[in-house]
Amino acid sequence: MQLFRQVKHLVKKEILLEWRSKYALNGVLLYVVSTVFVCFLSFVSTNPVTWNALFWIIMLFASINAVSKGFLQESRGRQLYIYTLASPLALIISKTVYNVLLMAVLTLIALGFYILVFSYVPQDLGLYVVATLLGSLSFSIIFTMVSAIAAKAGNGGMLMAILSFPVIIPVIILLIKLTKNAIDGLDRSVSLDEIGLLLVINVLVSAVTLLLFPYLWRD
Amino acid sequence: MMYKTWWKILAAVLVVYATVWGFLSSAPELPIIRESIRNLYFHVPMWFGMIVLFSISVFYSVKYLGSNNPDHDLRAVECINVGVVFGMLGIITGAIWARFTWGQAWSFDVKQNFAAIALLLYFAYLVLRNAIDEEQKRAKISAIYNIFAFPIMVVLLFVLPRLSDSLHPGNGGNPGFNAYDLDSRMRMVFYPACIGWILIGYWIFTLKYRVRILEKNNL
Repeated sequence: MQLFRQVKHLVKKEILLEWRSKYALNGVLLYVVSTVFVCFLSFVSTNPVTWNALFWIIMLFASINAVSKGFLQESRGRQLYIYTLASPLALIISKTVYNVLLMAVLTLIALGFYILVFSYVPQDLGLYVVATLLGSLSFSIIFTMVSAIAAKAGNGGMLMAILSFPVIIPVIILLIKLTKNAIDGLDRSVSLDEIGLLLVINVLVSAVTLLLFPYLWRD
Repeated sequence: MMYKTWWKILAAVLVVYATVWGFLSSAPELPIIRESIRNLYFHVPMWFGMIVLFSISVFYSVKYLGSNNPDHDLRAVECINVGVVFGMLGIITGAIWARFTWGQAWSFDVKQNFAAIALLLYFAYLVLRNAIDEEQKRAKISAIYNIFAFPIMVVLLFVLPRLSDSLHPGNGGNPGFNAYDLDSRMRMVFYPACIGWILIGYWIFTLKYRVRILEKNNL
């Protein structure tokens, strides 16, 4: 009960801070819009496979940007303050929940903008949206933990990219396969394997994160 | 255990036996693969050695988190150092084999790609270590990353290839090697080769670890 209350308060604090400055939201939105625009200028129109792959590349880098801001921008003093108040589990859960919410919003807006600019709609839009939401969930969970590790290591941005790249590749491959099924309009039952595996990876990474973060947090 | 000699002599004898008899003994006559099936005595033991070494490394990383004993951290990192070499040899022997059986050295087979990515995970571990100067911090953060990366590696190497089309025996609907080794002749060289190479890998690890301990004590 204590944990749940702490998590609720921390998530509220993150959302409130973000809503006041809208720094991460606007920053990443601008990044996504610019990237989509540049891609549109370069490609003008693409075949569905390229469209799909391009979307995931854009989402990957946008996610890394969005989630790494979470840990890297917090000052030492504030981190110490939170350390005295809340349990590390509450902190990592709240950061993950906040990142999941942030990424869900950003992903949906990015997807809408992407569909609009390229004027191409996947055949199975429902499954595509589900896949992108699953993707944003996976990205948030994995990147939150990796950015926590990178933030502690001190060298920040570059380390985050190096550490996260190999870890995220299986997720990307599954997502691309899943969204390709959605584009081709295949029957939904065909994709159940990929969805199941994505959920399994999410659960696995979450479990490892919950086990390891308390050790990381002890300074 | 580390200072005894019996298992080192056993390892040397097993590897020499496996190599010599592997080339001299008769191999099953199968189409396409033909004589290159002897690569089985090198390629698979390399991977088994790598998995064993990475498992030992994770074991010591977990121990380090509990004990904060720097020796445990040294064991973890030296295991990974040797394991990475075994992994690279596994990929190289696999590429040589692929050139004769599948046509190109890098056939973009699922398992080949995932094996390379799994190795990237551990290269990222080594980069992470280099990025942190302070010893205790380095040990703690790299232990956490090691424990984080290990299940992902297991998923990459064992779970994902089974789900997709693959040229590899044992994945993607191809029969495993039991179907090739019809009269169990190959097992007589294969099992000793596995055990021998694993023991050799462990031997190299113990030597590197002992050198590190000596360096640390001489500082």
